[in-house]
Parts: sequence; structure tokens; C-alpha cells
Amino acid sequence: MKLNALVAALAFGFAAAASAQTTGPVKIGFITDMSSLYADIDGPAGGEMVKWAAQDFGGKVLGRPIEVLTADHQNKADVASSKAREWMDKESLAMLVGGTNSGTGLAMAKVAEEKKRAFFAIGAGSARLTNEACSPYTVHYAYDTVSLAKVAGTALVKEGNKNWYFLTADYAFGHSLEGDAATVVKANGGTVAGSARHPLNASDFSAFLLQAQSSKAQILALANAGGDFTNAMKAAKEFGINKSMKLAGLLVFINDVHSLGLANTEGLQLADSWYWNQDDASRKFAKRFFDKYKRMPSSIQAADYSATTTYLKAVQAAGSTDSDKVMAKLKSTKVDDFYNKGQIRADGRMIHDMYLFQVKSAKESTTPWDYYKTVAKIPGEQAFTTVAESKCALLKK
Amino acid sequence: MEIFGIPHQAFLGQLLLGLVNGAFYAMLSLGLAVIFGLLDVVNFAHGALYMLGAFVAWLLLDKLGVNYWFALVLAPLTVGGLGVVIERLFLKHLYKLDPLYGLLLTFGLALIIEGVFREIFGSSGQEYPVPELLQGATNLGFMILPIYRTWVVGVSLVVCLGTWYLIERTRLGAYLRAGTENAPLVQAFGINVPVMVMLTYGAGAALAGLAGVLAAPIIQVNPLMGSNLIIVVFAVVVIGGMGSIMGSILTGLGLGVVEGLTRVFYPEASSIVVFVIMVIVLMIRPAGLFGKEA
Repeated sequence: MKLNALVAALAFGFAAAASAQTTGPVKIGFITDMSSLYADIDGPAGGEMVKWAAQDFGGKVLGRPIEVLTADHQNKADVASSKAREWMDKESLAMLVGGTNSGTGLAMAKVAEEKKRAFFAIGAGSARLTNEACSPYTVHYAYDTVSLAKVAGTALVKEGNKNWYFLTADYAFGHSLEGDAATVVKANGGTVAGSARHPLNASDFSAFLLQAQSSKAQILALANAGGDFTNAMKAAKEFGINKSMKLAGLLVFINDVHSLGLANTEGLQLADSWYWNQDDASRKFAKRFFDKYKRMPSSIQAADYSATTTYLKAVQAAGSTDSDKVMAKLKSTKVDDFYNKGQIRADGRMIHDMYLFQVKSAKESTTPWDYYKTVAKIPGEQAFTTVAESKCALLKK
Repeated sequence: MEIFGIPHQAFLGQLLLGLVNGAFYAMLSLGLAVIFGLLDVVNFAHGALYMLGAFVAWLLLDKLGVNYWFALVLAPLTVGGLGVVIERLFLKHLYKLDPLYGLLLTFGLALIIEGVFREIFGSSGQEYPVPELLQGATNLGFMILPIYRTWVVGVSLVVCLGTWYLIERTRLGAYLRAGTENAPLVQAFGINVPVMVMLTYGAGAALAGLAGVLAAPIIQVNPLMGSNLIIVVFAVVVIGGMGSIMGSILTGLGLGVVEGLTRVFYPEASSIVVFVIMVIVLMIRPAGLFGKEA
């Protein structure tokens, strides 16, 4: 009898530790790069989007107030995972939104899986999140490296750019992007001449660019993002690389285009999941963002908002914050809002349309931040990793 | 022709690029060396001052339409002026204390300045165009060298050697050096040492500001540009020998070249090679390559 009581107590203890609490506020965490090279494309404004989504939902779900916690991971995986762990243990966090930087995204996904909490990866691009490193609790909501490679890469190879050289940010995201893009290039009959890897937040790109130039490849593909992308573009122009090679940004955000100016980016093709000027609902969201921040939202910031809403709807529908019930609801309900229309697959990958955009010339751009024209809309089934390509066990059932 | 298995064109190209980066290292470490050598202050705000130089240039152009050539003078003056204010308000009170306090204070100032700029201007960076006169590039056969980068190396060498000459070879420099050795005695000769010290910090800050203006057309003007560089520059100063002016100039140029060559042979190590050298130098010659044995 005593033993039974002890076992029951233990089981209770485990249950309490293993799932989010059922009373008090529903806590949503947001961990991203708040202060370094990715802070503009996600950062504090991204955290504000999570808060907006909570407020617009009515500030309450299941009659419990929604509370949003935010933190800066400083692009360090250990900082991200220990903060996530702390919130899950001490704050009974119900759901975590992971921001930019794949190294931190992969680390947080692991913690969320261990603690059985919903994890929405938004800013992080590595497709490993729903492939080799997939977890029943991860939702990869916005874009990923495979979709960037398939959308932007395929278009470029089909234009006749067969020989590629990569300039790659030397961490999880860059490696994934380079690998995924190389696969697409080869699948379409192209070749990869080589690659140079630069440290994250590099101060000088000229040396790497010189190596790229001596490869005599047609395409210089930049497998980096944010400040690294803008500085590499700038140096490439200075050294005249853009005359002998065609530059391709594999992950370009509207903030980067704004920062470099249309004169430096005109004609650049890029893949993204959302553009503020694509329809009325998006423009409405963008205007609200612009009024507060005096700039337009990136696709990641739009996705931060959308993902939070999607999660809260699932909690409402499931009538519980229990992660397993919420995940089941998420994977059985279609997403349809201003950000995108899609379906979360069993591996956690949100399958939605992706876009191939081209940067307008200064002449074509008529209003502030009017930067892109849509070249193609690629259906989600073609843009993301297919079930057949995936190594994730969750898809093989 | 190949050098160590690398086509000589790539080799020469990287050598030259290393020299360009080295010019920045030299100019920044020079300011640090001057400030440390004469004030005993480890100026961690140097990166922030460099960033300020670039931002002042960008603000002048973007808001007031003042071009690069005026910015080249105005930005260092502004940053130097700010340096004077920092010295008067804060550093002045710390000279009697352990140098560690100066380090902590300047580190804190750097964080505040960078934080404020990030809050106002964001992290994406601002575009500063290369001035018209210096646009274009020369084809050297083995590589294309932008004219602007040549200009940077030239300016940096002139400024570095000029500073060295001023401090090591002129009467004013002699006063400065004497003032730091024995302030009361120099004061007794009728020289105003506190003002001299103040102007020295201002001049060091102005050097950082000048480096910032020179960098603005090369990289995006970004609140974080200083913090990316400052650690390497400190390593340069340590390797050269704290306080040695010629040491920091030569080490700055030399390490730029070493870093450039590392990018050819083993790119993954290029971001740490400076620190590996620092460790080795500290083990063999703790006072640095050009430092006087303590």
C-alpha cells in the first residue's frame, strides 16, 4: 500500500514536471537574437509580434491570461537552451517560439522535445529541424534551407547558371543551406566548383571573395544572412566580382535590401515565404507594424505573429495546453491567415506556398519599401522536403 | 607558377588584402597604444569610438549632405571632442586607481554607446557610398584592387608614421612621455599635464574616429562594427607590446597579412590565428614583440 502511494506520488511528480501547468497564465516564450546581426529581421520587434498576437487573441485562452516572455540568446546555442530549460522548469512554459540562428534553434528543439513542450521554429532556417533532428514537438513554421534551395536554386540553374561557388556562414544554418543548395544544383545538372566558409559576423569578406573569383564559377551563392549577407554583397561590388560572376543571395530579407539600397540589389532573385505588399491583409498588418517601427516587417516577423495565433487557436480547439493534445490539433488543422495558407505535416514542417521574388529597380519602385515583384509562386509540396526525401521517422509511419 | 601549392595570383592577392586589413588594425591599435602608453588606460571604448566615427560620417552625408572629404576631418574632430568629454567626466578620476577600473569604465561606456545606437538605428546597417573620386578599381593582373582600398592603406600609413614621429621625435612628444613618467616634475617646469593627458585621450579617440570614416564606404555602417573588431585589435596591441607605438603599427600590418594568408591555406582558422599568435607571443615574450621588459 505504502509502495503504491509512493509510486503514485512519483508518477504525479513526473506528470507535473512533464507537462505545462493547467492553471494560472499560459506562458509563451520567445528567444531570439535581440542585439546582434539578426536583430532587425526578427529581434525585439519579433517579440512584439508574439505579444500582438496574444493581445489580438483577447489576451486570454481557455479563460487563462496569456503571458509572453522574451530573451536574447546572443547567437549562442548554450544560452538559448539553458534559457528554454529554465522557463520550462520554473515558469511552466507552454510554448516556445524560436527566433533566428539555426544553432540555437536546434538546441532549443532538443530541450522542447525532452520537456514535451510545443516549439515553433521561425527565424531558424536549417531544414534539419524537421529532418534528421525532427521531434514530435517541433513545428517549423516559416521557411527552411531546403525551400530556399529549391525555389531560388532551381530558378537560377534553369536560367543556365550551371557552375556554382558558395560563400558560406560557418555554422549550422550555412552548412545546411550550402548542402541543400548543392543538392538542388546537382539534381538540375549543375556542378559545384567549391566553397569558402567565413565566421558568423565576419568583419571582412574580400579574402573569401577573391578565392571565389579564382574558381571561375558562374554563380557566387551567398549562403549567409543578415549583416553577413549585406557586407559580402557590398565587398563583391567593390571588387568587381559582380562583373565576372552572378551573385545569388540564398537567404535575403527585405531589411537587407533596404539596407543595401536598390542600386546595389536591383535584379537580385530571392526566395521568401511572405512579402508585406502581396495582398490587402498583408498590407494591413504591415501598416500597423510600420506605424510603430518606421520600417516594414520581415517575413519572419509576420510568421512570429501568425505562429502564435495558430498555436493559441489550437489550444482553444484542444481545450487544453497539454502539448500532445495541442500538437495533434495543430497537425490536423489547416492554417489560413494573412501570412500564409498551409498544413503542418507529421514531421512538424508547415507546408505552404513559397515565392520567388525579384528586386525592383529604383525606377520601378514607386512607394517606400516597394522592393519586390513576384516572379513565381511555388506550391508547398514542391518547395519543401518531400516525404520521400525525408529521413524523419515521424513521416514513415 | 605556384607558391606552396597555391596559384601565385591568389597568393599575391591575399597578401595585398591582408595589408589592407592590417592598415585598419594598425590605425586602431595605434590609438590604443597611445592611450595605454601615455595614460595607462586600457581603452575598451575604442571600438565604439570607431563606430561613432563611421556614424558621424554617415549622418553628415545623409542628414546634412556633407561629403566624405569634410567628414574625414569633421568626424575625427567630433569623436575626439567626445573623447575629451569622456576623459574630463570619468577617466580623470580613475588615474590613481588600478588600470582595471579604467578598463571596466570604458567597457561599460562602449556597451552603452552601442546599445543606444542599436536602439536608434537598428542592426541592419546603413549604406555609405564610396566617394566619386575614389570609385573604380585597378586591374593588377593578379587581382582587381579597388582604388578606395589603396587610398585607405595610404592614409593609414601616413597617419601612423605621423603619430609615431610626433610622439617619439618631437618636443611635444617628449613632454608627453615625460609627463607620464613623472607628472609633478613636468608640471613644475610649467607644463599643464592634466590638459596634455586630456588632449592625448582626445587624439586617441580621434584616431579611432578616423578609422571609422575610412571604413564606412567598405562595410555597412552598423552599431556593431566596432565590437566585431575590438577584440582582434586588442590582441594586436598585446602582441606588439602594450604601449609600444611602432610595435602596434608593425604588428597591425603584419597580423593583417598573416590573417590573409591563413584564409588561403586554412580558412577555418582565419578568425583565431591572431589569438594563437597572441598565446605563443605571451609565452615566449610576455611584454610583447616590441615591448620593453617590465
